[in-house]
Amino acid sequence: MTDWPILSTVTFLPLVGVVLLLLTREDGPFGRRNILNVSLLTTVFTFVVSLFIWIGFDNSNPGFQMVEKHSWLGTGISYHLGVDGISMLFVILTTFLMPFCVLASWESIEKRLKEYMIAFLLLEVVMVGVFVSLDIVLFYVFFEATLVPMFIIIGVWGGKDRVYASYKFFLYTLLGSVLMMVAIMAMYWQAGTTDMTELLKFGFPAGLQTWLWLAFFASFAVKMPMWPVHTWLPDAHVQAPTAGSVILAGVMLKLGGYGFIRFSLAMFPLASDYFAPFVFGLSVLAIIYTSLVALMQEDIKKLIAYSSVAHMGYVTMGIFAANQQGLQGAIFQMLSHGIVSGALFLCVGVIYDRLHTRDIAAYGGLVNNMPKYAVAFMIFTMANVGLPGTSGFVGEFLTIIGVFRVNTWVALFAATGVILSASYALWLYRRVIFGALEKESLKGLLDLSTREKIILYPLAALTIFFGVYPAPVFDATAASVDMLINNYSAALQAAEKLALLVH
Amino acid sequence: MTAEILLASLQISTPELILAVGALALLMIGVFSGDRSAPTVTGLAVAILIAAGLWLVLVPVEGEAFGGVFILDPFSRFMKVIALIGSITAMVMTVGNARSEQLDRFEFPVLLVLATLGMMLLISANDLIAVYLGLELMSLALYVVAAINRDSLRSTEAGLKYFVLGALSSGMLLYGMSLIYGFTGNTGLDNIAAVLTAETRSLGVVFGLVFMLAGLAFKISAVPFHMWTPDVYEGAPTPVTAFFASGPKVAAMAVLVRVVTEAFMPIFHDWQQVIVFISIASMLLGSFAAIGQRNIKRLMAYSSIGHMGYALVGLASGTETGISGVALYMLIYMVMTLGTFACIMAMRRKDGGAVENIDDLAGLSSTNPFMALVMTALMFSLAGIPPFAGFWAKWFVILPAIEAKLYMLAIIGVLASVVGAYYYIRVIKVMWFDAPTGEFGRTAGELRLVFGLSGLFVTGYVLFGGPVGSAATAAARAFF
Repeated sequence: MTDWPILSTVTFLPLVGVVLLLLTREDGPFGRRNILNVSLLTTVFTFVVSLFIWIGFDNSNPGFQMVEKHSWLGTGISYHLGVDGISMLFVILTTFLMPFCVLASWESIEKRLKEYMIAFLLLEVVMVGVFVSLDIVLFYVFFEATLVPMFIIIGVWGGKDRVYASYKFFLYTLLGSVLMMVAIMAMYWQAGTTDMTELLKFGFPAGLQTWLWLAFFASFAVKMPMWPVHTWLPDAHVQAPTAGSVILAGVMLKLGGYGFIRFSLAMFPLASDYFAPFVFGLSVLAIIYTSLVALMQEDIKKLIAYSSVAHMGYVTMGIFAANQQGLQGAIFQMLSHGIVSGALFLCVGVIYDRLHTRDIAAYGGLVNNMPKYAVAFMIFTMANVGLPGTSGFVGEFLTIIGVFRVNTWVALFAATGVILSASYALWLYRRVIFGALEKESLKGLLDLSTREKIILYPLAALTIFFGVYPAPVFDATAASVDMLINNYSAALQAAEKLALLVH
Repeated sequence: MTAEILLASLQISTPELILAVGALALLMIGVFSGDRSAPTVTGLAVAILIAAGLWLVLVPVEGEAFGGVFILDPFSRFMKVIALIGSITAMVMTVGNARSEQLDRFEFPVLLVLATLGMMLLISANDLIAVYLGLELMSLALYVVAAINRDSLRSTEAGLKYFVLGALSSGMLLYGMSLIYGFTGNTGLDNIAAVLTAETRSLGVVFGLVFMLAGLAFKISAVPFHMWTPDVYEGAPTPVTAFFASGPKVAAMAVLVRVVTEAFMPIFHDWQQVIVFISIASMLLGSFAAIGQRNIKRLMAYSSIGHMGYALVGLASGTETGISGVALYMLIYMVMTLGTFACIMAMRRKDGGAVENIDDLAGLSSTNPFMALVMTALMFSLAGIPPFAGFWAKWFVILPAIEAKLYMLAIIGVLASVVGAYYYIRVIKVMWFDAPTGEFGRTAGELRLVFGLSGLFVTGYVLFGGPVGSAATAAARAFF
């Protein structure tokens, strides 16, 4: 078992599904059924296999595990895979969300189902690839390749303004990443390698760190997205099909956060320290400003999209607090947000499939004929608000503690975001679920179908489980986070000593 | 010259001899049996090109011939093989559409073989005179080919335009060469390098250098000598455009690389500025000017201008990695271009009429999924999105630029690639997001083969790119 390249297996397993899908034909209900079954089986199987990564994972080992390394392209770039406590759970999150995406598309995708599923499976390959790459060029390749299937997904199966949204998504994120490519090249010439394990040990000179940090920041801030470069996200979310939004919010945004931890914080500690106040400022702005914007939205998906931006503000804040609580909280917040925001988009999908509108005003009083839906939506709304007992609370609380140790003002302003998030989320809930059931169009709505129950109930259970018992996550991440923080402070101290010597 | 030396020289230049003798023989066959023989001549021409290519790949002789005027080193071997692949593919692509494009004349394949011969001589040229002869042999054949469709106004206009501007650029090149000769007293590239030094170089040499670069920039269609490209690309029959976009670009780039690295390395900083300038200008113009294009051939023309700019980024660094990047870039660029042109040639309505607008591709993903898939991969690749080959091409030219500390050049390059991505994804958008407006007729088998292979190459490069990359590295080592 130890020699089996499990990371490659998990990464490229969906390709098997792609090949199978290429062999199917999409005509008639039978062909459709086939495609759905193949996709579901592939994603579930991939998830089950990926669980072996968690099972085989050694919590006490802070370094990279299950490493695979082969030379690639013959130019010093290597095919190097491995996971540590920081990346492992993101792999699981990705594979976990995929079956739900397939289920969410069961009926809502009416045209070109085959291409749709192929795009999703390819997306899974590249997303998992991002988290397991230990070579920076390999990372970049996967990171950029996510644009290709997502562009097609938004553009072909999206809503009315899908073309605009897909262009904006593609060009915005591409613009961010190309600068990272230049930075990666500069790192290669400086350190002489593209191997991340080597780069993590290599201390880049302080002046260069600043430039590299900025280049990486351009890429990850767009991906994250941070205010003010978040504007692509609401458009992309609103236009994307339900499953597309789930993946965007659930996994794609985490690529940015993961990048911040893995590269900005770990490789450029001096620059990270230097720029931390700047990041705090943007994070607080994001939390408060986008929460206020979310309040005024009339489109449910857009509201959740803005709330995602606000929640990512906690993540960036936690990361650059650069202490145990902040970082652990940021990772937890990302995982929790992956589940919760994914679930919220699935909830929107449930009513969108019935009424084909996302206008908040078109709904009201759903609790009367959809009680099960109301409960599920309630749980996720509360998790989004950060109610104790849900997974949303743990992450927000820890990141605020983390930043409190660094800067109390930032913590104060960030905490107001909790109140604001309560106001927009609860208000949304009231307008959609409560009130009298007056609208004729709503009276005939049925409660959750079996398929929708299968989608929402496990997510609700997980949300509460991790809210009450977050230990499995912290156990996995603790060792790696510790090591990162120690290296970070050691680098800062060394730089300080050097500065003292010079004076 | 004794018999042995001559024999050795002939052995080194055997591929060129095959092409020269072959072209003359084909001409005889064509003249004596008339236009009916066009298909036979085309077949034989392909066979001749393949024979020359096989000789290059299989026979390991290397060295200088004809008193150092002609050189066969790993670099010229690599570039010649690419140029030959380009010519062979472009010629194969003409077969199906020869009649409807009025290309079913026996002169056509003969001219293509002669143009290819010119490219081969150009790539191997190690002396200014040889450079000029190779360039003119290639260009004269191309002028005629551009106007081969005599009855079409656009085609003749394209031919004439190409000829007039080409003659101008040849004049500049020749003027530059004469200045170089006058100030260094040599025409051999090695000899020029031997007498040049950075400190003692005279203004005349710099003048000559700039004129020569201008002449060569014209051939690779780099800004500011790009004006002919869109018109000629659009006006010439599509199979001819495909030919233009492949081999000649490779050959001209190869000779540019050889001239500046072999002869002018001592005055590196003088030519580096010029290359940096035309590189930046080409990348920017290629990106911005293409945005407004509706005709896909014009789009490809601007795209090729931009791509030449990227290839020059590698040259600007002037290092071994840079040159190998250029060689690799030309290979990948040529494969992408030929694949795209194969797709463009497959854009024919059921009644046989060819269409050239981007909007004619609407809904291709539902009417012809295979072609749409290949075209999508090619467009993403041209835009430089990983994991496609086009990304690696950009990677290997920008990487050396960073090493040479040309940060501005690299940053402008990557930013221009984002602008470029806009028009490439527009093609994808038309194919995938728009509703079909009509169907294309059956695609000829050879076109399907070409774009299929090209699609396979750009997507599979991540798997088998290693040996290709090492071949390019070995090629670049010839100069250092």
